[in-house]
Amino acid sequence: MAKTTYYVPIGPIHPALKEPIRVEAEVEGEKIVKVDVKRGFAHRGIEYMGMKRNAIQTLYLSERICGICSISHPYAFVIGSEKALGIEAPPRAQYIRPIIAELERIHSHILWIGVIAHEIGFDSLLFWTWKGREKVLDVLELITGNRINYAMYMIGGVRRDLKESHIKALRDMITYYWEFTEHMKEVFLSDPVYKARTRGVAQVPKDMALKLNLVGPTARAAGLRMDIRQDIPFDAYADMDVKAVVPQDIVGEVRGDAYDATMVRIYEIEQSLDIIEYCIDNLPEGRILAIPNYIALLNKIKKTAGEAIGAHEAPRGEVVHYLKYDGTRDGPSVWKVVAPSYNNINSWGYCLLGAEVADIPVVVAYIDPCLCCNDRVAVVRDSTGKMLDYSFIHKKAVEKTRALEKELGVRK
Amino acid sequence: MTPETIFYAVGMPIIGVFLGLVYKGIDRRVSARMTSRIGPPIRQPFWDVGKLLLKETIVPANAVKWIFNAMPILALASSMTLLLYIPFGIIKAPLEGYGDLVVILYLLTLQALAMAIGGFASGSPFSSVGAQREMVLMMSYEMPFAIVITGFALIYKSFSLSTIASTPVWTIVGPLGGIGVFLLLIAFLLVTPAELAKLPFDIAEAETEIAEGMLAEYSGRNLALFYLSDAVRGFAMMAIEVVLFIPFTLSYLFGLNLSGATLYIVEGLWFLFKVLLFYVSAVTLVRTSFARFRIEQASRLFWVYVNIIGLLGLLLIWLEVM
Repeated sequence: MAKTTYYVPIGPIHPALKEPIRVEAEVEGEKIVKVDVKRGFAHRGIEYMGMKRNAIQTLYLSERICGICSISHPYAFVIGSEKALGIEAPPRAQYIRPIIAELERIHSHILWIGVIAHEIGFDSLLFWTWKGREKVLDVLELITGNRINYAMYMIGGVRRDLKESHIKALRDMITYYWEFTEHMKEVFLSDPVYKARTRGVAQVPKDMALKLNLVGPTARAAGLRMDIRQDIPFDAYADMDVKAVVPQDIVGEVRGDAYDATMVRIYEIEQSLDIIEYCIDNLPEGRILAIPNYIALLNKIKKTAGEAIGAHEAPRGEVVHYLKYDGTRDGPSVWKVVAPSYNNINSWGYCLLGAEVADIPVVVAYIDPCLCCNDRVAVVRDSTGKMLDYSFIHKKAVEKTRALEKELGVRK
Repeated sequence: MTPETIFYAVGMPIIGVFLGLVYKGIDRRVSARMTSRIGPPIRQPFWDVGKLLLKETIVPANAVKWIFNAMPILALASSMTLLLYIPFGIIKAPLEGYGDLVVILYLLTLQALAMAIGGFASGSPFSSVGAQREMVLMMSYEMPFAIVITGFALIYKSFSLSTIASTPVWTIVGPLGGIGVFLLLIAFLLVTPAELAKLPFDIAEAETEIAEGMLAEYSGRNLALFYLSDAVRGFAMMAIEVVLFIPFTLSYLFGLNLSGATLYIVEGLWFLFKVLLFYVSAVTLVRTSFARFRIEQASRLFWVYVNIIGLLGLLLIWLEVM
């Protein structure tokens, strides 16, 4: 009998993927009949590095976990650290932090919208949305000095204050984006081709979304009212009434597909604009750091023991940091990061089964995967599939170094 | 063998390749400007081809080697031959009398077929999926294309392009037939991006889905040949559209009395301008303002809607001719 199915490997390197992951699909014609998702190509041992450094260094290391969420990880880190160490940020800092976090959400969501347009072959929209995204990056650069990796947060406050000129720029930006989101709604939500490519694609019903542990806009698109800013409010979010953006509130029905995910994200940009406006309108006066002296801060950390969980709603979903300070060193003795894509990738297998090859890029992109956040562990197996333990790998590495030294004649 | 034959055999392919690449460059530039980018210089496609020619040609281990290497040549040869059947403005088609619109239809199909066979021969799953898609797409858009050609044959009682080029179609049809020809024009414009594998119908070469599909395994000289054949085909396709739908010459429009070299230069530039108009409106504008369709969506579009438009046009023409 002739072979009717093809084996199509997507990744680790593939144009639809911006970062390494592997999707192995068995394809019959255009239909996917079997699918397997394999992760674990981007383990960097960043938690281990963090546990060897002091808390301030680790805070800025946490910015480097993800290229786009360079505020979300530090935010969860400072929330967790402040809880564990019993430090409270001054009110002004508590209002500045959400501003930066929401600016990041705006730029991340616009970036995603451009990416999904590119994935369905609509490159003109990619250029257009990314041109619109420049404005928020300019504002971020004005406030923090960087377009990305802002180095803005500090345990117990923020490092830079908001000036009058910054507030003026923020207000300009808010007017600009109210217009821009209106355009985006027109261009994306009422475009027939966009609708044809995303309606019914990557559809996750509500119960399935719960079963797959989806988080963030992906879960909200499926109709789940979950948002860390609403459920476990912190900083200025507690003062305002943040409500999870769900499709049933916008159009009255939920389908949980890529089209709904687009809708949720566009409306979340508007929500972010509201939050920023609230924060700059009600910005309290005062200090921006609880302990301005970093040496004093590190000394306090060295003397304090405690553990806590810090959570923040990143643009992609909830990011959770677990921190434990044991009171003997000036950094966390345990640091554990859970990134939102780790949960959201669960949906790929479900969505891809029975989908078409043409839907792969949409399914892959609709959760806005951030794969470098994900991998927390690397597993090495031998040829028989047995997992090799750490001490064995270490022993082998030392043996190889000795052998190389001998071969090259290195003198000690 | 006359000097004329040698000129056509050597000159036409060179001119065709040159113009094809120039139009490709203009297309990229205009598209970039439309999306607020600066865009590459017009000569960029020439550099691309030059660079591809310098690169190593890799044949995959599990490819059928001779088919894999032969298909780019076949594709380029078929598009080159295509040029010889098209009357460019007032210049007569070199192979006039040896073939007609039906041959052109076959030559256009042959080029796409060569790419599909090349894709199957490369033995990669991405290429196979791409080639399958190309076959499905070909089955969808060939029918409306054939309808358009039949419509013209009904009007002129001939399949010959030179006959069609000599008298503009709009002057010999009545109001009913005029609407019919207009519908055929719409159908033809819709077929064009699919025929040239451009967005929104570049389904067989979808970059983000199947990593360039049929061309995934091609590299170096082979890829350069496909690139050239694509450029030539783009130019030839637009030239056919100009000949079919707006063959008006400047002398005809304004009653100019030109002769000798001036006539050829003016009419030549006018023809190239008309080709540019079609290129920008049927390829550049469309590919900049649409997303890629899924294969079954594209198929439905051609089988149902474009066919209805085409058949309606054909019906109107038939009613008038009868």
